[in-house]
Amino acid sequence: MSDTVIEPAVENPPVVFTQNKIGWTAWLQPLAEAELTDRHYEALVDKARAKSAYFALLVRDPDILEARTKTDNDIFYNTKDGLPRAERELAATAASRLNGCILCASVHSRFASQYSKREADVQKLLDEGVDADLGERWNAIVSASVALSATPPVFGAEHAKRLRDAGLSSEEISDVVHGAAFFNWANRLMLSIGEPTPAT
Amino acid sequence: MTDTIDVIDHLVGISAGSPADALRDRRPITKEHAQKSWTALFEPVDASQVSLADRFAVAVFVTALHGDQGIAEFYGKTLADLENGVVLLSSVKALADLHATKGPYGHYPDGPLSAENTDGAILAIGAADRAILGDRLAAALEHAHLLTFHPRDASPEELQKLLDAGWSTTGVVTLSQLVSFLAFQIRVVAGLRVLAAA
Repeated sequence: MSDTVIEPAVENPPVVFTQNKIGWTAWLQPLAEAELTDRHYEALVDKARAKSAYFALLVRDPDILEARTKTDNDIFYNTKDGLPRAERELAATAASRLNGCILCASVHSRFASQYSKREADVQKLLDEGVDADLGERWNAIVSASVALSATPPVFGAEHAKRLRDAGLSSEEISDVVHGAAFFNWANRLMLSIGEPTPAT
Repeated sequence: MTDTIDVIDHLVGISAGSPADALRDRRPITKEHAQKSWTALFEPVDASQVSLADRFAVAVFVTALHGDQGIAEFYGKTLADLENGVVLLSSVKALADLHATKGPYGHYPDGPLSAENTDGAILAIGAADRAILGDRLAAALEHAHLLTFHPRDASPEELQKLLDAGWSTTGVVTLSQLVSFLAFQIRVVAGLRVLAAA
């Protein structure tokens, strides 16, 4: 028998970009915890993710989920050197704002605010969009993330120069590139296999 | 193949000891798992839900839609060696040439963001191409076009089209990862090319 989708009737779905916590519900059947093998848990990396519909759905293909998660964690959490975490999250938020992923933007704008203490500027990005004026250093990061997130990407030497002029090293520019690029992966998954729900 | 090459290094054209090589070596975990992501999708242990030909055909389509002929040729070489690959390659490349556009566009849920809705092309593959590709791959390419250019238009109805064309739930997960991974890979390559040229 062929599979069918889930069509959740979400009441009061989130319809604006927000830093508040919101939820997410799947359009395809996640694996139940009783179905998970050791291999699935290994692929989840963080076992608590078995309770997340998003990860319990993605774990249907464990090999790509595990590699994706380890790529994600290193790009964002490996901050012993390179771009500050706040600005990696800013790049992620800008990509999510451009692509239109309300859930991704909520999670990563919250991180950007938490690590930068610039909640009002982060909110301005959410409210006004990717052309909001956030000061030159942040403008340069948002502009680079947006150029890379366009399809096809239009990131060029002028974006790298603007980042350099704003004080970023090549290593930090590489971190902007990876943060923005990764969210072009994350946004497409999050947008296409389920939808945001109100905070629970 | 991947025993000997790192795919992103190969696509950027990074040589050992170059400044771009040093940039990548500075993040060995990212480099390792970007490569493992590629292997998981393109040298899968289990291809029962998504065939190799489907994987490489979708990859040629997505990379060509991004206008990156170098990366499209990389995937095309492997596709051409698979069963029926030459025919698929020619059909997929022609479709990508016809339907490449600029994104992201699409619609938001009804509300204040509706003012930001932008319309764009929606791919519907015609009968002649469908006869060459088969319904399964045709549905996958239509979905790949949506994910590439207007992901915020995704819906349960779009996923149902894949299931109706014979895709399993797990197959849809893998297909979604594959298209989304390519969006990442193409952009890492694009960014590193700029940094390598500086």
